[in-house]
Amino acid sequence: MKRVKRRYLALQLEMDGVPTEKELMDAVWGSVDRLYGEVGASLTSMALISFDVSCNVAVIRTSLETLASVRSSLACIISVAGKEASVHVLAVSGTIKALFEKF
Amino acid sequence: MKRSFADLHLKIAPKETLTLQRAIQRAAKFGYRYLSVPFSFEPSTTELENLKTACKDAGIEPVLRADLYPRNENDLMNSLRRLRRKFDIICVFCDSKDISRQAAKDRRVDLLNFPNLDYRKRFFDRSEAELASNSNAALEIDVKPLLALEGPARTRFLSCLRREVAIAKAFGVPLIISSGVSEERFIRMPRDMASLSYLFGLGNVEALDAVSFNPLAIVLRNREKLGSSFVAPGVSIVKEGSDS
Repeated sequence: MKRVKRRYLALQLEMDGVPTEKELMDAVWGSVDRLYGEVGASLTSMALISFDVSCNVAVIRTSLETLASVRSSLACIISVAGKEASVHVLAVSGTIKALFEKF
Repeated sequence: MKRSFADLHLKIAPKETLTLQRAIQRAAKFGYRYLSVPFSFEPSTTELENLKTACKDAGIEPVLRADLYPRNENDLMNSLRRLRRKFDIICVFCDSKDISRQAAKDRRVDLLNFPNLDYRKRFFDRSEAELASNSNAALEIDVKPLLALEGPARTRFLSCLRREVAIAKAFGVPLIISSGVSEERFIRMPRDMASLSYLFGLGNVEALDAVSFNPLAIVLRNREKLGSSFVAPGVSIVKEGSDS
């Protein structure tokens, strides 16, 4: 079986207050779901790796094949947990170690 | 080579000084190098000064842009005659087929923009693209509706954009991706804005060109033309002799 290549994305969340990990991922999944549908969202294999509440920086993982779809969905997020918010991609990398070196 | 990014359509009224300053600072933080706030008429000195000061404080270069909403072809010609030499960028909002055709064939027009929500008024078809290609006009796409719309309305908008982008690519019409936002919270990083164009069929390099290379090419070309040493394309005054 061919190994699945992954990409890690560092995200800066801008909003008033701090959401929970679940609220953040609900917003991300919701955006992917609205743009690409349930089948499209299932292909992304997204997962939250970490969420630093002190600086609102999250790290998520996705497959390389769906990186462009996930990036476009992240840019479309305008609210998290019912509050106005925006998500910016700070860095993209193939390993978590390299990701933290980038930003 | 490092890219310089530009957002040529930050839709904030130049009179709203505080909002404008905050938006410009945010854009600078996100890595934009050139920023344009549209004027509908000739700008007052105060508005110009406000814009220049805010941009200078944030380390951004302002681009003067006029947005034209002509009622008919004559109105378009009059506006172009009056404003062309005063602005770096001229964008025409095409509300009818006659206006869009006239705008596409006029070499003084830099950008063509179409109503975002009225799909019957998006006149960018093959004929329009051919005219625009001959006159070096670019197609401007605002990403704000992609953020603000949801459901069938966004689906329809994406469908229109995909068709227009395919036509533009076929005819070699440059694409410009602008934010078109009037609220600070909708401003996105340049690479995030480029990633949105994946939704309507632009590749990675093409998308990045649409937020960096293409807008800058238009700004630099027009600034050269508006400069005092410009004579004709490829000909400029290097040195003037004295009468003796």
